[in-house]
Amino acid sequence: MIEIVDIVKSYNGTTVVDHISLTIPPRTISVIVGTSGSGKTTLMRMINRLVEPTSGTIRIDGEDIRDVPAYELRRRIGYAIQGHGLFPHWTVAQNIATVPKLLGWEKSKIEARVDELLGLFQLDPAQFRHRMPHELSGGQQQRIGVARALAAGPNILLMDEPFGALDPVIRAKAQEDLLAIQRQLGTTIVLVTHDMEEAIHLGNRIAVMDKGKLLQYAEPAEIIVSPATPFVADLIGTSDRPFRLLSLTHVGDHIEPGTANGSPIEAHATLRDAYSDLLWSGRSAAPVTRDGQTIGIITLAACAHLAARPQ
Amino acid sequence: MRAGSGPPFFRPGTAPANRSWNHSLSLAASADIEKRHWQRLDKLGVLVTVIGLTGLALPFALFRANRIVPGEGIGILGSLDSVWSILLIAAIVLTLATALVRFNAIAKMAAGFLALAILALAVGAAANHLTPSDNNYARVAPGAGFWLLLLAFSLMVTDALTRLRLRPIWRVALLAIVLGAIGLILWSGLWSNLSLLKEYASRAPAFWQEARTHLILAFGSVAIATLAGIPLGILCYRVKLLRAAVLNTLNIVQTIPSIALFGLLIAPLAWVAANVPGASNIGISGIGIAPALIALFAYSLLPIVSNTVVGLLGVNGQVVDAARGMGMTDRQRLLNIELPLALPVILTGIRIVLVQNIGLVTIAALIGGGGFGVFVFQGIGQTAMDLVLLGAVPTVGLAFAAAVILDAIVEQISIKGRGA
Repeated sequence: MIEIVDIVKSYNGTTVVDHISLTIPPRTISVIVGTSGSGKTTLMRMINRLVEPTSGTIRIDGEDIRDVPAYELRRRIGYAIQGHGLFPHWTVAQNIATVPKLLGWEKSKIEARVDELLGLFQLDPAQFRHRMPHELSGGQQQRIGVARALAAGPNILLMDEPFGALDPVIRAKAQEDLLAIQRQLGTTIVLVTHDMEEAIHLGNRIAVMDKGKLLQYAEPAEIIVSPATPFVADLIGTSDRPFRLLSLTHVGDHIEPGTANGSPIEAHATLRDAYSDLLWSGRSAAPVTRDGQTIGIITLAACAHLAARPQ
Repeated sequence: MRAGSGPPFFRPGTAPANRSWNHSLSLAASADIEKRHWQRLDKLGVLVTVIGLTGLALPFALFRANRIVPGEGIGILGSLDSVWSILLIAAIVLTLATALVRFNAIAKMAAGFLALAILALAVGAAANHLTPSDNNYARVAPGAGFWLLLLAFSLMVTDALTRLRLRPIWRVALLAIVLGAIGLILWSGLWSNLSLLKEYASRAPAFWQEARTHLILAFGSVAIATLAGIPLGILCYRVKLLRAAVLNTLNIVQTIPSIALFGLLIAPLAWVAANVPGASNIGISGIGIAPALIALFAYSLLPIVSNTVVGLLGVNGQVVDAARGMGMTDRQRLLNIELPLALPVILTGIRIVLVQNIGLVTIAALIGGGGFGVFVFQGIGQTAMDLVLLGAVPTVGLAFAAAVILDAIVEQISIKGRGA
């Protein structure tokens, strides 16, 4: 658990983070969203003391982060940034081994950990271990950047626009990978982005910031349904609201008995995808499958009903 | 013809040529062919040929009754046996013709090296041919023609090497082969009748003594400047306020003329030697090695400090941020990330000062610092050009070799850290 209590950061009289308090529950993904200059990156960088707050306190699992030297704190917290920041003169294996080496792990343990992480990110260790960063594609570099951040098995992972430099197709894949890995490892993730779509897709909770102030900190559904300020509503975009709401729910939770024709929809797809599919194929219902078995149907009416603002 | 008659993207010159191609060669088309002929010409080759032909016209060797009288120029035909001289002229003309046309760089390099080798052998043979037996005073030196031919073929080789883009290791290997070949010729005694080597023969022990001093001054000053300059550069990188002050001061030092700086140091060092106990015991005095070393050190500092600062500032900000965020201490970040990534730039600074100092050391002879400059200044004093060359030629060779080797090292390191 990360507790941020009444944090202020000002540079030469300009306040960039203004009295912010929020609590990030363990094993969740919290996304900080805001336009550039909103102070979102500064807020995140105060968690691993890359920026020292002007006033206020940050506690991790009840312990004030100022109780340990900054470099020791940082070795316990994963850190991944936009454009990955891989060390260009080190191999993939050396990059991933950065923090374990700083912590003084044994060589054999480091090697095993490197291979394990490469496997976790679907990169063949034998093939990638000795490559240099410039020999990798953008997507591979990004994965190595996250693997390096997770190398020492941190409880907390800070990510600053981690997918910003990727093209849309690779970004979507990287987001799915991150969700899968977070479910598997139970890491607490704090992610900074300017993209509300990404925030809604990834976040268990979303913190919306503007001009150094925290406007709203809530679950995605609540942010969509009842935005705290006009700025939050603008960030979501009024025309996208029903679809964003649908994107939070899975088809499997809203199946009805019956039969329908045409290509089936997977139960783990979002209602947004199902709605889009139904509209496009001109059907009023489609069969739903889970693990290849047809388990019912999803109807256009149900989607439309669920897209409406909850009363 | 142009207005309104052509299609929208009509380009004058090309279209008419194509249209009339079937009937006959139009004016434009034949001009095209002529142009293509011209494109076969190597532009630098033209320069090489002009220099080479001028070299052929000027005296190949210089004969002097003794070492200080003005010489008498002798052409190639007079310098060698008639058969050999005609063969030499043929080889030179043939190589110049090769230089003129564009083709394979490897073949050009080989032709250039071959011509240089023939030139080297010929100048030795000319000296043997021209030196009268039983006359120890007569001197035979390479003439203006020889130097121009040397320049022409060196240009040809350098150009071919630049085009070949050889890997660093091959460039060093090539340098080793060339130096080995020169060593072999020297060892064989083929050049022994050249005036330069006669000067050497009469002062061989002094030559090696000054060579040692030269190397100590050049490499010593760069070593000390590196040991002091890199930490100073790191400090300037970390402390912004210091940066401008230090770099400006070193800039001012750099603008002091070298002779003036050597002279300026005489008085303070003489005072130190006289008044600081033990100073004179460790070799500090107004003239000699100490002021030379200090002046060379002062000149070396700016390139090393500024390249260290520039190299460190050039390290990708995201990489530095990642290193901090991973939990590296300032020291770990400096040693593991920042310095290795800045190394090519820092080494470039060291290369600059090493080549610069190898040349500058010659001036140190003026204040009794020793080095090859001793021969240069003695030679100027005696109007003996051969003695001047005895100091200048090894200095140039040393600077050249240092430049090639350090360039190769810098490039090798840059390849390793590519993508920085």
